[in-house]
Amino acid sequence: MGKNFFFDRNEPVPIDRVDGRAKVTGTATYAAEYKTQQIAYGFLVGSTIAKGRIKSLDTKMAERAPGVLSVITYLNAPKLPGYQTGKDPSKPPTAGQPLRIFYDNEIFYYDQPVALVIADTFERAVHAATLVKAQYEKAVHQTELDANLSRAKVPTGPRFEDYKRGEADAYKNAPVKIEQEYHHPIEVHNPMELASIIARWEGKEQVTVYTKTQGVEATQRSIAAAFKMPLENITVNAEHIGGAFGMGLRTWPYEIACVMGAQKIGRPLKLVLHREQMFTNVGHRPETIQKIGMGATTDGKLVGLTHEAIADTSSYEEFTEATVNISRFLYACPNVTTRYRLVPLNICTPIWMRGPGEATGAFALESAMDELAFALNLDPLEFRIRNHSDTDPERNLPWSSKHVKECYEMGAEKIGWKERKLQPRALKDGDWLIGYGMGTGSFGAFRGAATVKIKLEPDGKLLLQCSVNDMGPGTATMMTSIASNEMGWPVNQIKVEMGSTNFPPGPTQGGSTVTSTVGAAVQETCTALKEKIAELAGKAGSAFQAVKAEDLKFSATGISLQKDASVKIAYNELLTKNGLAALELTRESKAKQQQSYSMYSFSVHFVKLRVHPPTGRIRIDHVVSCADAGTIVSPKTAASQMIGGVVGGIGMALMEDMVIDHRFGRPVNNNLADYHVPVNADIPPVDVLFVNKKDPHTNPMGSKGLGEIALVGVAPAVANAVFNATGKRIRSLPITPDKLME
Amino acid sequence: MINFEYLRVSTPKAAIEALSRDNTSQWIAGGTNLIDLMKKGVMAPQKLIDISNLPLKEIKKEGNKVHIGAMALNSDVAENELIQREQPLLSLALAAGASQQLRNMATVGGNMMQRTRCPYFYNTDLPCNKRQPGSGCGALKGFNRMHAIFGASDKCIAVHPSDMCIALAALDAMVLVNGPKGDRRIPFTDFHRLPGDTPQKDNTLERGELIIGIEIPDNPYRKNVHYLKVRDRSSYAFALVSVAAAMDLEGGTIKDARLAMGGVAHKPWRLSEVETWLKGKSVSDAVFREAAQLAMRGAKAYGQNNFKLKLAPNAIVEALKAATQKT
Repeated sequence: MGKNFFFDRNEPVPIDRVDGRAKVTGTATYAAEYKTQQIAYGFLVGSTIAKGRIKSLDTKMAERAPGVLSVITYLNAPKLPGYQTGKDPSKPPTAGQPLRIFYDNEIFYYDQPVALVIADTFERAVHAATLVKAQYEKAVHQTELDANLSRAKVPTGPRFEDYKRGEADAYKNAPVKIEQEYHHPIEVHNPMELASIIARWEGKEQVTVYTKTQGVEATQRSIAAAFKMPLENITVNAEHIGGAFGMGLRTWPYEIACVMGAQKIGRPLKLVLHREQMFTNVGHRPETIQKIGMGATTDGKLVGLTHEAIADTSSYEEFTEATVNISRFLYACPNVTTRYRLVPLNICTPIWMRGPGEATGAFALESAMDELAFALNLDPLEFRIRNHSDTDPERNLPWSSKHVKECYEMGAEKIGWKERKLQPRALKDGDWLIGYGMGTGSFGAFRGAATVKIKLEPDGKLLLQCSVNDMGPGTATMMTSIASNEMGWPVNQIKVEMGSTNFPPGPTQGGSTVTSTVGAAVQETCTALKEKIAELAGKAGSAFQAVKAEDLKFSATGISLQKDASVKIAYNELLTKNGLAALELTRESKAKQQQSYSMYSFSVHFVKLRVHPPTGRIRIDHVVSCADAGTIVSPKTAASQMIGGVVGGIGMALMEDMVIDHRFGRPVNNNLADYHVPVNADIPPVDVLFVNKKDPHTNPMGSKGLGEIALVGVAPAVANAVFNATGKRIRSLPITPDKLME
Repeated sequence: MINFEYLRVSTPKAAIEALSRDNTSQWIAGGTNLIDLMKKGVMAPQKLIDISNLPLKEIKKEGNKVHIGAMALNSDVAENELIQREQPLLSLALAAGASQQLRNMATVGGNMMQRTRCPYFYNTDLPCNKRQPGSGCGALKGFNRMHAIFGASDKCIAVHPSDMCIALAALDAMVLVNGPKGDRRIPFTDFHRLPGDTPQKDNTLERGELIIGIEIPDNPYRKNVHYLKVRDRSSYAFALVSVAAAMDLEGGTIKDARLAMGGVAHKPWRLSEVETWLKGKSVSDAVFREAAQLAMRGAKAYGQNNFKLKLAPNAIVEALKAATQKT
């Protein structure tokens, strides 16, 4: 047997990202890059109002422009059968009616597509799009959350009802308490790769699409629903994704428009959104206003916690996320109240953005924990330890595993927490004030269903296939790593094919579930393969009569007996003797709902930073991020994923802010020069520390999710460090220089 | 498609002639701003005359001046040994601008000609008097966090985005211009203009006038110089406020000083009065603070940029302190 680190907990040897070379050399193919004969190019025309109706549409000029093949609007769009019922199985669990593109003349948000212009070149399509003239009947739009709080409503759905444990709002009677409001603006995912799709019909019955989705099967189901087609007539490919951060978690109207357009012109069609359209048409992290009331005894035991959040959604759908839910379980507190409200606005429906609601909620909760610790004159780390939840207080269940205290300990050691002073403004370096802060993150550890096909070639090459794709965390690397460990094969003997509905079904990439889900399926399939090899060996020769997998030593070229290495057979011989060209096997790994444990990943982020009071400039000196994510399956890509989450969290804390001019109901900083995300120069050394202890209950590897917790808790760690440095408590993100200068 | 002609010229004379023949034509050098403006539909020249090959790339000493050709690249100027030795303030300001990739493309002349980054200017379905005179100023009561606190009008509160120009304004540079009516020399501080009632005009160049180069007269500002740029991220962000500060110190006394601000006005904001006031004063935080207060006379903010009324004087003090501390 190969070294099986999942169970032995020996240190694994990190493997490199298996698709790394293809990505850095430009040979990895992304959705918009697939070559197809006779391809046409589409460009979307957006509405210039945020609410109202299209009064008239003049497309004649555009239609007459050179190279234009078609202009699709609600006036001439094919009536999609699925739009009559409006059901979209891939849409988030929201109430409402997903936007039906080119369905009628109603405008719900600024830049909502009103026409798709199709031409023989991209440039001609872009130009002709400027010739489409729309007249509107304008209605009064609402895009400002703060101005519409009176319209806040309780969302439908069981997870989002008001929650009460113990006495409602009990914090009010605590001896030491705080009550504060926290705010963050709309953030936009802004992956480097633009939202893009190619659709190609084969006859009237079959369509193939290449698209930027985090779940090829979800997209397949959406297209099937919209066009009322059998699933098997739709092939969806998304092998490589240039970042998504959640924006690929549903099928967007532009994707349906492209499939519709390709059908109409009878040619393959490519549709790539402009960067500006990335701000308006593919979701966002909703703006939230959160209130926290928190009270403790004088010796720092939490008495009550009330967490309220109000977030934006669109005027046609309810988008919900677990913003307040983290307050129910992160700390031991007898009295917890949470309330969550939505305000419908004239804006595109939001979509989960990395960390989603947990990141938003943790900003408020972990800022408040810091505030109350300060009010108690307690070290915020000590305050958290005193309120550590030893079991899940929300569900009254033991944790499947929880090693937050170890994260606290090793992170504090690494960042030099003992240098931190309780009082702010106590540490200086010249004109700069130094501060330390920390924040905790958590996210549910889920496991879904996945099917993996494995193929053993005579030369010992292994091929793994699953429809799951990889938006960046290193899914193929994880799969390779698990197969390599399970089979005892070198990494270069293993190939992964993924990101297509041509492969066995896998999960959508989101919610930090893929390693648990697909990793388990890889492991189970490998186990089955070994059993099958043993069975074939038994048939192949008397020396292997009645052997079981555990009696065998598997190498990349063949098998031998554990007890006698001289008794061996090569795979090519084994296959030949069994009359096989190759050995193929498919196994489904089922979703496992663990009823007797509560399963979460946890993270603790530590930040050391400096602030220059006269100018308000902030420099982050050091970040230490610790994760309790069970077994770390692929250490190198896992560490990279953590660093990426920290960068995203720093952006959330210091920069990201989509500004809407509410007079016009539209964003004004809708480009990457004015919408700031961190540049390399903003990012300090980031140390990633893993507890790396197997969770006994989540899945065979003992892993828990990592993608979300990498970001959840970073923003409050930064804000808390800013307070420790300056004494200024910034409760409204982003923390820009104007908020800090003195 | 909006087609345009493309023409490459190799002498300033040819460039001027080509432009004068066609009033829909436009010169292009690095194109780091013009291409964006064309993509956004803000500008739509029918002919692009590429002047990037003009023999105007030299950076050299001429008598008691440094001469920089208009087509010298921003990165070449920033990294030039002569500039770093004799005009370090310019080198610092250039290095603070844009990104390395942009600096590798952008020319000195093009940097001077770049247009404001006001979002209302760039989004053609929003009002902007600079883009479309008479349509109103979207920023006045809108998103004006980045906008002017000096010299603005109710027609336009946009700011000039350059860092390089702030240093050149402070250093008494001279702009050398060739034109159909002959050659001109324009003091750098007169090159850009305030918006007044005609914000569509960024500068005082006449149509057909070509920037040939700039000259910086010798100065004693080789050591105590600093360019402070306060911005929302560490690179590739425009200034909230920037300050170019240069001092000629003798012991603790300020023999002479130069001071200009960026991110605060429609043009590089030279603080000549403050410079005069600083002359002969002793170096101290109190003196710098008083100078900064003097600099703020006449400042006016528009809501979201109120913070600049405090950030600007603070930045002046910090820039002067940092310049003093250079060894």
